[in-house]
Amino acid sequence: MSGFGKPLKIALGLLVIAGLIVVPMNFNRYGLFILSQWAVMTIAAMGLNLTLGYAGQVSLAQGAFVGIGAYAAAIMTTHGWPLPAAILVAIVLSFAVGWVLGYPALRVQHHYLAFVTLAFSTLAFLVFRNESWLTGGIYGISNIPRPHFFGIPTNKPLPFYYVCLGSLAIVSLAVWWLIRSPWGRAFMALRENPLRAQSLGIDTRRYTLMAFAIGSALGGVAGALYAPLTQYIDPVPFNLSLSLDLLMMVIVGGAGFYFGPFLGAMIAVLLPEWLRFTEGYYLMLYAVAVMLLLIWSPTGILGILDRYLAARRTKAASALRAVAKSRLEAAQ
Amino acid sequence: MSAVLEVTDIRKRFGGISAVDGVSFDVREGEILGLIGPNGCGKSTLFNCILGQLTPSGGEVKLDGKVVTGLRPAELNKLGVSRTFQLLQVFPKLSVRENLILAGQEHQGNMASRLVGRSDAGLTEAANQMIGFFKLDHLANEPAGGLSYGQQKLLDAAMAFMGGPRLVLLDEPAGGVNPSMLTDLKERLVAINREKNATFVVIEHNMEFVMSLCTRVMVMAEGKVLAMGRPDEVRKNPAVIEAYLGH
Repeated sequence: MSGFGKPLKIALGLLVIAGLIVVPMNFNRYGLFILSQWAVMTIAAMGLNLTLGYAGQVSLAQGAFVGIGAYAAAIMTTHGWPLPAAILVAIVLSFAVGWVLGYPALRVQHHYLAFVTLAFSTLAFLVFRNESWLTGGIYGISNIPRPHFFGIPTNKPLPFYYVCLGSLAIVSLAVWWLIRSPWGRAFMALRENPLRAQSLGIDTRRYTLMAFAIGSALGGVAGALYAPLTQYIDPVPFNLSLSLDLLMMVIVGGAGFYFGPFLGAMIAVLLPEWLRFTEGYYLMLYAVAVMLLLIWSPTGILGILDRYLAARRTKAASALRAVAKSRLEAAQ
Repeated sequence: MSAVLEVTDIRKRFGGISAVDGVSFDVREGEILGLIGPNGCGKSTLFNCILGQLTPSGGEVKLDGKVVTGLRPAELNKLGVSRTFQLLQVFPKLSVRENLILAGQEHQGNMASRLVGRSDAGLTEAANQMIGFFKLDHLANEPAGGLSYGQQKLLDAAMAFMGGPRLVLLDEPAGGVNPSMLTDLKERLVAINREKNATFVVIEHNMEFVMSLCTRVMVMAEGKVLAMGRPDEVRKNPAVIEAYLGH
């Protein structure tokens, strides 16, 4: 996404960050809940964007990893463990499960892989619902405490929003680092041409498993924040429709674009709220808007911007060539 | 001269068809071996068996005297065996420079250092040199998918050299490349062969290209070795003339 000057980009970034910190100070309880939910869903969608958008591995199980993280955090914090420890366990647990779920991807790809992950999603849901001794079954887990950070309680919506926002910032930096590292390049190689990648010494097996494991671990982080955000969890929010929602966030925002999940989660979380005034029609309008967007730009919102910038570059390049050519002709 | 690659009685069957039917040869250190033969004679299948992209039905491949039959392509590449492809195989969305960095990065450090270390794995300089060497300077930041066919062929070859390989198997490097670029490509290959002491095996249909580039030529027909020798010997071999001009 070159085309903007670097200082302009940095200024824009700082402005957005400052806005995210300052503006919500006046928000009511509900507004802060929605915004916190946006931060949490962005983290989960960034994980899926890594697996799907960068490494090209289709997954319909990201919602299940949010569930794994949420249950890990809920069970641990209701038993007196601090949230950071719970987040760590959520990361390790969903990383390990994600690694194992990556094995089918070594054999099957695309829609076959989608079906395997879909089956896993259903399996996870059944575990959340039926293993009552651990998860509370259909009654779920209530009274999930919110943590104290540096002696400051985060029971109120605003402090906890900052916990979510801070976590999003940390995850964003980590993902930014990851995709710019040789690992990120190897993930893109998996997506673009695994055969060629192998012949260049890229261990496609290991990177495929890593793409699944890291993407899933971010789902776990999101879940571990979701539990104290809602302070009550049951199996329903973590069924297949959450996985589909997260998939939609990634696709709508722009799969394989760094900022895709931010935009996608914003649309998925905020648009239904903005459309609330239409009362019964909002889901329909929302669905139509998404369909129209994907017909117009299958690569998502950032795909539109990318195409525009590419077209501008091509135009600039051909203008330069035209000038050079006319000079050359004039000189002859 | 010692043998870099020794291939003994390699066979590959697809159902009832023997694509490669007991091929044995060796490749000497520093040579450029040409591999020619009519379409469908098993050249590419032989390459894929040597490189671990296909599992041979029988036979043995040795690299520097060590058996490497059945190793995965990535493992072979780490041992210094590299390749180019008959059909274009670049990473279209990555820039030319990123393609080259990607081609070399797995030869730098280990998994952990590639995660926490520099984002270019310290290869920007090497990539720029390779870009200069293949005269792709003005395209360094362009997505590889936007290059012309011939330029992508050059990039494909350049990528094969990024890991500093000992042995490079090139599958039709000249296919679809225009004549002026072909001379360039040949010059580059000869230069790398001499300077870096890299050994090449080249599959090619362009006879002039093969005969002028290679030190030895192996001719295949119907999955078997038909002839092996210096280019001028092979050119006069009656069996080779029959295979190409017969029917």
